[in-house]
Amino acid sequence: MSFVTIFYGISFYVATLILFIGLGYRIYEYSIIPSPLKIPTPPAPKTKSGVAIRLFREVVFFESLFSATKWTWLFGWLFHFALLLAALRHLRYFTDPVWFWVSWEIVQAAGHYAAYIMIFGLIGLLARRIFVDRVRYISNPSDYLMLILIISIALTGLLMKWFHTDVYAVKMFFIGLMYFQWSELPSDFILLLHLSLVLLLMIIFPYSKLLHAPGLFFSPTRNQTDNARDQRHISDWAKKLESKK
Amino acid sequence: MAVKEFEKPILKEYTPIPELVEEATSHLAPFKSKEEFQKSLGYPGELVENWQEVALGKMGDLLKKYRSLRVYMDSCIQCGACTDKCHYYLGTKDPKNMPVGRQNLMRGVYRKHFTLPGKFFPKLVGAVDLTKEVLDDWYSYYHQCSQCRRCAVFCPIGIDTAEISMAAREIMDSVGVGQKYCNEIIGKANKIGNNLGLPKPALADTLEGLEEDVEEETGIDVKFPLDVKGADVLLITPSADFFAEPHVDGLIGYAKVFHEAGMSWTLSSYASEAANFGMFIGSYDNMRKLALRIRQAALDLGVKRIVFGECGHAWRVAYSFLNTLAGPFDFLDPRYPVPQHICEVTHDLINKNILKFDKSANDGKVITFHDSCNVARASGMGDVMGGQFSLPRDIIKATTNNFYDMDDDTIMEKTFCCGGGGGLLTDDLIELRMKGAQPRMEALKRVVEDHGVTHMAAICAICKSQFSKAFQYYGFELDQIISLHQLVGDALIMTKK
Ligand code: SF4
Ligand code: SF4
Repeated sequence: MSFVTIFYGISFYVATLILFIGLGYRIYEYSIIPSPLKIPTPPAPKTKSGVAIRLFREVVFFESLFSATKWTWLFGWLFHFALLLAALRHLRYFTDPVWFWVSWEIVQAAGHYAAYIMIFGLIGLLARRIFVDRVRYISNPSDYLMLILIISIALTGLLMKWFHTDVYAVKMFFIGLMYFQWSELPSDFILLLHLSLVLLLMIIFPYSKLLHAPGLFFSPTRNQTDNARDQRHISDWAKKLESKK
Repeated sequence: MAVKEFEKPILKEYTPIPELVEEATSHLAPFKSKEEFQKSLGYPGELVENWQEVALGKMGDLLKKYRSLRVYMDSCIQCGACTDKCHYYLGTKDPKNMPVGRQNLMRGVYRKHFTLPGKFFPKLVGAVDLTKEVLDDWYSYYHQCSQCRRCAVFCPIGIDTAEISMAAREIMDSVGVGQKYCNEIIGKANKIGNNLGLPKPALADTLEGLEEDVEEETGIDVKFPLDVKGADVLLITPSADFFAEPHVDGLIGYAKVFHEAGMSWTLSSYASEAANFGMFIGSYDNMRKLALRIRQAALDLGVKRIVFGECGHAWRVAYSFLNTLAGPFDFLDPRYPVPQHICEVTHDLINKNILKFDKSANDGKVITFHDSCNVARASGMGDVMGGQFSLPRDIIKATTNNFYDMDDDTIMEKTFCCGGGGGLLTDDLIELRMKGAQPRMEALKRVVEDHGVTHMAAICAICKSQFSKAFQYYGFELDQIISLHQLVGDALIMTKK
């Protein structure tokens, strides 16, 4: 076993733990904090299924963002959509045999071109941060770095088209990690850079604004039903006030 | 204390997105609450010695009590979609009045004290200590937010800056830094039953005077009952309706509706206030205390229904919170929602053909309608989605011939705040109020020019008071702002003597 294999093998275990435990813990925290009052924003659905539809539209189309600013919507939506396509393409590294639809030409090709779309979207977002005075004002170094990090991941991913790597060996490495039968990771520079950046992203996920992903589902203005007159919505801590009287 | 002169904004055709001017309104902050009023609400009278510790303790507490606060502290992408959505930013150009700018005043402290990256890499993520300067910024800018939630409508995550302002105000109260206007008023409402501090005899007097006025004008004996046991409907209305113009014409409108529909109703001297400023200071306790007065009044008077008059934030508390704060209301008539809005009552009576109108009575007016933020973005009406938009408009159309809406981007869920909501309707913030009114005034100016609109109807006591000032300031006439139920009252065909 080479040092590189051992180093990356352990790193991926650690990063995966941080990602899942960290994210799981955040979701747990969010779920136990009560929302003591009904605060949905319009158009506020009256039923649970209405809420499901609303969230679906927010997640899939970024509806609120669309009504707010077309440019940010365009760049943001393209980036996220491309991210999804790229993720689907990458499934082939983690499934053996590869799920049949993942190996479809269209999924693989879309995943490839997605990298360009992603970079386009991210550069658009970066440009907004730099050139729109309002967005520049609110941007911290971490906001720029986050964009640069993801751009770098996409770029290094793309570069492997030209700087060839034994992708089958990479796949065996990940399958090996998953089934605890390690195999060697090729030590090509671009590949290692790509993987290092992904590791970093996994680790910072639960500690950064990437929490907007679970956050949206826990956002009371979006996930609540508008039925306060029909149903009391009392939280445990508020109930205690009632018994005090 | 005289308020400093400030430059008057010029109304444009469309509200432009201004280039930012840092610290443009950092000099604005409302007067602080005096010791006696702080104490009466259970807060320290002045800044406590170990205030940082207390403030952070309170913040930690709120982060565990309000999911909104916690999720919103974590989830902002700093995408900037909200930056041009706040009327106070548009009017003042101060970047700390951009919703996310406002949020970040607290988020910086949150990151520093409640997150790992903020502890280890404060510069990287914009984490800051809670210093006296930060507290001063909080006091200034969390009192430059009218909690109107326009930003929340546009945010991709639904981050509601109002939730954050409310939490900030509660934290500040808990260390002894309260706002005079709100806290004094809550004190009065707790003691006497209404924000004006109007005791029962004075109230009875006023109502009698109104009866005489209406009788003189219409020849009809319309009653304004007070503390009548066994009445069907308890009307809870903002106390401004008893005195202020144009509010009182709204109250006359409700009374005429009840009279014509033959409904028995009463006001209560114990709960003679719809407004609930407990919400503005983010205090569940205080909000609940005020809400319980309404429950008590309903029990004492033995009424069957509770109806609210025209008031924006009051309707938010009523529609969205009352059942939770002071329910269950199982002692009331289950055929009606608890509580109801006067617009729901009127709308229903119109649909049932019980009320008839002579629209020509309002022919001298061309109307537009101002959606008050708390009605538009924090409550509903009727049982259809968006009823809070359609019901008032239906009523206007039933009572007038000339109605024009303002620009789509400035009405319904995208409505612009009047500039005086959220506990900011005080003279010490007049500069902020006038600048914050600018986007609404611009939209109004357009319909005035395009359609000859003469009057703006509203269903919120704060909006009406704020517009009375802002209209004069921007060159409209004071009396161009009217109560929606004034239109109803003026056009209603009274058949009962
Ligand atoms: S729109 Fe929402 S996520 Fe974007 S900066 Fe504003 S508050 Fe943050
Ligand atoms: S709630 Fe209203 S006043 Fe407050 S930041 Fe948002 S848009 Fe501005």
